[in-house]
Amino acid sequence: MNQLSVFNLLQLMIRRDLLLAMRRRADVLTILVFFALVVSLFPLGVGPEMEMLRKMAPGVLWVAALLASMLSLGRLFSADYLDGTLEQMMLAPQSLSVLVLGKMIAHWLVSGLPLVLMAPVLGLQFDMSLPGLLVLMFGLLIGTPILSMLGAIGAALTLGLRGGGVLLSLLVLPLCIPVLIFGTGAVEALASGLSVVSNLSFIAALFMLCLVFTPWVAAQALRISME
Amino acid sequence: MGLRIEGGMFVSIAEFFNMGGYAFYVWGAYGVTVLVFVIEIVLVSHKRKATLQQVRLMREAGEEI
Amino acid sequence: MAINWFKYSAPSTFYGLAGKLIPWFAVPAAMLFVLGLYIGFFVAPMDAVQGEAYRIIFIHVPASILSMFLYLVMAGYAALGLIFNTRLSSMMATALAPTGALFAFISLWTGALWGKPMWGAWWVWDARLTSELILLFLYFGFIALHASIDDPRRADRAAALLAIVGSVNVPIIYFSVKWWNTLHQGSTIKFTGTSMHIAMQQAMFTLLLACWLYAVTVTLVRVRSIILERERNTQWVSELKEVCL
Repeated sequence: MNQLSVFNLLQLMIRRDLLLAMRRRADVLTILVFFALVVSLFPLGVGPEMEMLRKMAPGVLWVAALLASMLSLGRLFSADYLDGTLEQMMLAPQSLSVLVLGKMIAHWLVSGLPLVLMAPVLGLQFDMSLPGLLVLMFGLLIGTPILSMLGAIGAALTLGLRGGGVLLSLLVLPLCIPVLIFGTGAVEALASGLSVVSNLSFIAALFMLCLVFTPWVAAQALRISME
Repeated sequence: MGLRIEGGMFVSIAEFFNMGGYAFYVWGAYGVTVLVFVIEIVLVSHKRKATLQQVRLMREAGEEI
Repeated sequence: MAINWFKYSAPSTFYGLAGKLIPWFAVPAAMLFVLGLYIGFFVAPMDAVQGEAYRIIFIHVPASILSMFLYLVMAGYAALGLIFNTRLSSMMATALAPTGALFAFISLWTGALWGKPMWGAWWVWDARLTSELILLFLYFGFIALHASIDDPRRADRAAALLAIVGSVNVPIIYFSVKWWNTLHQGSTIKFTGTSMHIAMQQAMFTLLLACWLYAVTVTLVRVRSIILERERNTQWVSELKEVCL
């Protein structure tokens, strides 16, 4: 029997999911448009006063990123669930946790990474400084994977349910609050002279924690939903 | 009529209800708390009655068959 | 709640036990409420700084403590149900959730009404109040997830997983909110900082006990309904006195 190493298995899974995602390019674009739209709503809501917008910027961008990455989570497992592939994955001898991790990585590449790349452009709308934009981007870079990982647990728990997307957001958003706090805290630390690195290290710590535990937890959630 | 209590703060019932000017906040807090407890008790009792009713109906339906 | 449940881990036996226990919790709860309120309103003196408004803490603090305690107990029962596959444990978790959520709500409501006269705003984004709000969302998530799944076993187990993930997150969330609060130099709702008059401590402790007894009472009543509903197809249920009327 051809034993696949963990790395090869991950590659296989990621490549497959990316291929499937590329066939529906519109989904990726929708997320980016939603991100830009939400960010633009805030100045429209609170007024164009630059001083206030500058202060709000990291918060607005992070919240918008959170909401945008929630959008595609519902689809993480549903397509495979509907056509029976998920069942096959669960019956396969390969570790379900590894397969789930592969899906999480693919999800981030399609839904998280584009947000990271787009954020600086939107940050300019709020007149953020260059160092601010860099800290924001880096924070999002290590923070958005956490959203994908926690989101996968939510997606697994709500698999096939009627209230789907909204319920998923209700479950996952509270868990993402620490990432939000430290992500925005890092950018604000620039202005207040506090340590940017300590904020970012907290996000990195949460990232590590999630990387170790969430694939397994999400796999258990899948088993619960599929029984 | 007066309320002479240890510490001697509330000299009259009117003063007691007034809570030193904070009547709205104190009674608003405790009032809603009591309301929440009452609502919960009512809901829980109602659920019990409804469940018993449902079980009885099921049982009767079962006996007829 | 430290009784050895193993003996009564069958829903049929626990149903009877719970029924007998209810008055033993309900009556002391009512008595302690009266006692606690008496101490709080008539024995404890007025606060030099906060006037009479501080008396709200006698219910606010117990409600906060209980909302957090109940969440942990709920997660504990849910975990037991998930690991040992005991139906009754999951039923207890489901029964605890609404009560815990209501205490979280009371904590927020009384906190707001205490905050307004003291700090001038209905909501002051104090670290504890904000964490309490997030806890309320966690409760809602648990209840909503359980309600959205038709199959009771899947519902129990999915909600249990969520509760466990939530409890791991609670310290992380609390810590980050606390840090966020100090960063923004928000207010910290602290009670004068100096040692409290003994009567104030007595009032708070009495009401804490009263709330706990109340929570147990309501949970026991609720779990009995849940047991009836889930076990309605069994013989022991159809033979119950209250069903055979």
